[in-house]
Amino acid sequence: MVSFSRRALLGCLSFSVLWALYLPVAAAQENPYFVAYDHYLEEPGNLEIEYFSTLGTQRGGNNFHAFWTELEYGATAWWTTELYLDGQTSFGDSTVFTGFRWENRFRPLKLEHFINPVLYFEYENKSGADKILKEIEGHDVESDFLVANRQAQKERIHEVELKLILSSTFKGWNITENTLAAKNLSNSPWEFGYALGASRPLALEASAKRCTLCPQNFIGGVEMYGGLGDRHSFGLHDTSHYLAPVLAWNLPSGWTLRISPGFGLNDNSHGFLLRWGVSREIAGFASMVSRLFGGQQ
Amino acid sequence: MKAMAAALAVSASFLAVSVVLAQGRSSGKPLVAAAPGYDPAIYAELQEAPEKARNRANPFENDPRAVAAGAILFEQHCAECHGKSAEGSPKAPSLVVREVQSATPGTLFWLLTNGVVRKKMPVWSKLPEPQRWQLVRYIKSLGGPALRAESPAAQP
Repeated sequence: MVSFSRRALLGCLSFSVLWALYLPVAAAQENPYFVAYDHYLEEPGNLEIEYFSTLGTQRGGNNFHAFWTELEYGATAWWTTELYLDGQTSFGDSTVFTGFRWENRFRPLKLEHFINPVLYFEYENKSGADKILKEIEGHDVESDFLVANRQAQKERIHEVELKLILSSTFKGWNITENTLAAKNLSNSPWEFGYALGASRPLALEASAKRCTLCPQNFIGGVEMYGGLGDRHSFGLHDTSHYLAPVLAWNLPSGWTLRISPGFGLNDNSHGFLLRWGVSREIAGFASMVSRLFGGQQ
Repeated sequence: MKAMAAALAVSASFLAVSVVLAQGRSSGKPLVAAAPGYDPAIYAELQEAPEKARNRANPFENDPRAVAAGAILFEQHCAECHGKSAEGSPKAPSLVVREVQSATPGTLFWLLTNGVVRKKMPVWSKLPEPQRWQLVRYIKSLGGPALRAESPAAQP
């Protein structure tokens, strides 16, 4: 089972990378966040293939490397849909495929405003061994990750997650605030969490020359995220929180590289999380699929 | 095993939705016209710009480097839909038409900032404000004097 999952996961990743290298690309202007979302959606018809890693320290147990692949598709200019495939390696234990997520983001307003809302809906089907820490909710704490993979894989989690994303862009700065509510579809209470982010390109004007290392291609910032308890015990007690500088490098070739060292802010948090990611935007994915099936576009 | 099967099922659904959406676009009436048979109605959105936005001046109007910078930005973010020379494509309208070239820089900036999200034009406020003005400067440089003749900005 484990070897099958590992092979399937490696197959998916290899296929994604080869595919991304082959297809035409669009230059991206991606935000640097790993956890927080801003109000910008994927361009319609484009597909972004993303790979992310989280290297986490674990007190009293094995450090881990969690990873996920995202397929992010712009269905329309107001709706982006994403599929996630998650996995993790716990050092000294094993590598496992931990589940999938299906995420949707909707932009309800027609025009830009000072604060721009985006509605988020996600369904998760994952095991208890999932460690990607894509969001922190409820009373998630470091000690939850001490369970061995073999045991944690036995727990299946079906969860829905709702977010209200409020994002502003002012003088080149993006400021975003995400509030989340998640419900395990088994008999568990609603859990809550938050993510905050601020970022800005290193230069606001574009250079008149083509360049890879121009400051306008780099976006730096910081994000903070954590849990807010659940319906029965809302608040900060027994919750974990993180602060993480973030940096994205949008290459003219269509690749985006991101890196973020994250630091736990209390004793319930992992001491250190090192995240990095690589993504590539495929231009006109919808047209290619259409042609494949005989469309004219 | 169940999780893998579910993941594959979701992947297949994802692909199917993409196909349906893409087929819908290709088999139905085109949403926008390419340059040769362009539809003036598609440019009506330019009239939605508020008075205050229309009257904004381009801070890069007299900066010759802005055209070169705007050209690079256009190639990176706009050419995919509007065509390499902004001539239009089945995905997005031509920008080398009188409706666009006679619009004020402020109007084009407003449209770039807000997009037309119900008609597939994304919001481009994720590009910093100076870059949006550089793009406007480049787009306005494409038309030539004949197309710009009716520009309100050009009139006394």
